Amino acid sequence: MNNKQIPNIIGFLCNWCSYTGADLAGTSRMKIPPSLKTIRVMCSGRIDPLFVLKSFLKGADGVMMMGCHPGDCHYQKGNYNARRRYVMLNDIFKTLGLEEKRIGLWWVSASEASRFAKVTNEYNEEVKKLGTNPAKEEIFL
Amino acid sequence: MAKAVKIKKNVEEGLFDFLKSLLETEKIKGVFTLKKMDDNGAVSYSLITSPDEFKKAVPLYPFMPVNAGKALSSFTLLGKTEEPIAAVLRPCELRAFVELIKRAQGDVENILIISLSCGGVLSLNLMGDKDQESTVSKYWESVKKAEISPDTRETCQFCENFLPINADITVAAVGNKDLDKEFTLFFNTPKGEEFSKEASGSSVSEEIETKEINDFKKKREELKEKFFKETQSEDTGLKSLVNIFAPCLGCHGCSHVCPICYCTLCEFDSKTHNYPTSSLGSDLMVKGGLKVPSGNLLFHLGRMTHMAVSCVSCGMCSDVCPVNIPVATIFSKVGSSLQKEFDYFPGKDIEEPAPQGTYKEDEFTKIGEQ
Repeated sequence: MNNKQIPNIIGFLCNWCSYTGADLAGTSRMKIPPSLKTIRVMCSGRIDPLFVLKSFLKGADGVMMMGCHPGDCHYQKGNYNARRRYVMLNDIFKTLGLEEKRIGLWWVSASEASRFAKVTNEYNEEVKKLGTNPAKEEIFL
Repeated sequence: MAKAVKIKKNVEEGLFDFLKSLLETEKIKGVFTLKKMDDNGAVSYSLITSPDEFKKAVPLYPFMPVNAGKALSSFTLLGKTEEPIAAVLRPCELRAFVELIKRAQGDVENILIISLSCGGVLSLNLMGDKDQESTVSKYWESVKKAEISPDTRETCQFCENFLPINADITVAAVGNKDLDKEFTLFFNTPKGEEFSKEASGSSVSEEIETKEINDFKKKREELKEKFFKETQSEDTGLKSLVNIFAPCLGCHGCSHVCPICYCTLCEFDSKTHNYPTSSLGSDLMVKGGLKVPSGNLLFHLGRMTHMAVSCVSCGMCSDVCPVNIPVATIFSKVGSSLQKEFDYFPGKDIEEPAPQGTYKEDEFTKIGEQ
């Protein structure tokens, strides 16, 4: 992927933290990569592993799962469940030789606008290095 | 140490007599075991209550027409059985049953679990074969010598958990050279020991884990590594995965026979992932073509996230696959990696919840903070 190409990143953002954090980053006029397409979920625990798998198989170059820091979940334990799901997906990707870096999990609170800008920009660069998702070209999926 | 009784009989005959005496003395009211259906060699799991019907029972016959854990769950779903019964299961079927009980899909309370040190089961396509009897006797020869029988399922050939956990009574079979003449029954639990008087034999002090068993385990562990390496190497990625699952018909047979896949309304049997042609447009614009119906890999990867961590490696999925995809080996490979990650052994402890249903606050603490 050359520098001019914009990757396709899907972000599943928790309503109570990272989504609000993204909002704050926007109103604070921080630079967020245009590659990120956000999908608001009510909790990181709502992110079904199938959402992530489907994004990946439909050709998303990267998938970001974002939620509240451990202990801060609006619903007490949703992010702990999300963490286990992420670990599971990561392990499956590794075992099968898929690129596990195409999925990631970050904790970003509602006040951490600068952290949101930082992780999204960093991940954008990382995905650029990874190149285009091979699933994008694959017909037999 | 578990109570052990040595019975001076052929193992198949001895267990048959033991079960029959339990049934005749009405200590148990039914036996759940394999029964010969007809003269064509087909066997099926049956719940037998009358000693007359029991004549055709073949408790240790090396076939698994359905995972018995799933079969037991089918009639204990709403609670324990009314009368006490005995069930003869293979270790992986027992693990599957325990996994189902964890998911509130069965009840073990009134069931006396009898299991064995297992040499594997034969591939289902050998059932009804004209050489069936000779294949079966060849199988028993390899069990006696604690060798890996090449006619057994692939997952059986590399199964290292062939000693039952949670069984009330264990039949020692693997590595017993005199299996035609004598065998040992181990009564592992108080529930099992209640029935030890019915076993007509002499009490002995033996351990189930003999040298032969340990050697056998080692052999299988080596084979496991080999199979895992061959199935799908880690550096080939998506392309090789697509190639492996390319012949998939989408019959979902693997999920229907899987004991862990217990959902009655499976997401993948629903129309959730079917779209009208209008929404295929964006895919077609990028790819210029599309497999129809699509979602082949999504089904397999999705099923992995649902059940692989509890996979008991029974091999049913590979055995029913009409296009011979090594489903069981791949799921077993992914499963054992996940089980290591979550420090989980499926089917070991009824009280331990499945990894998806629980969490610890102080685990994986580095994740998400980068």
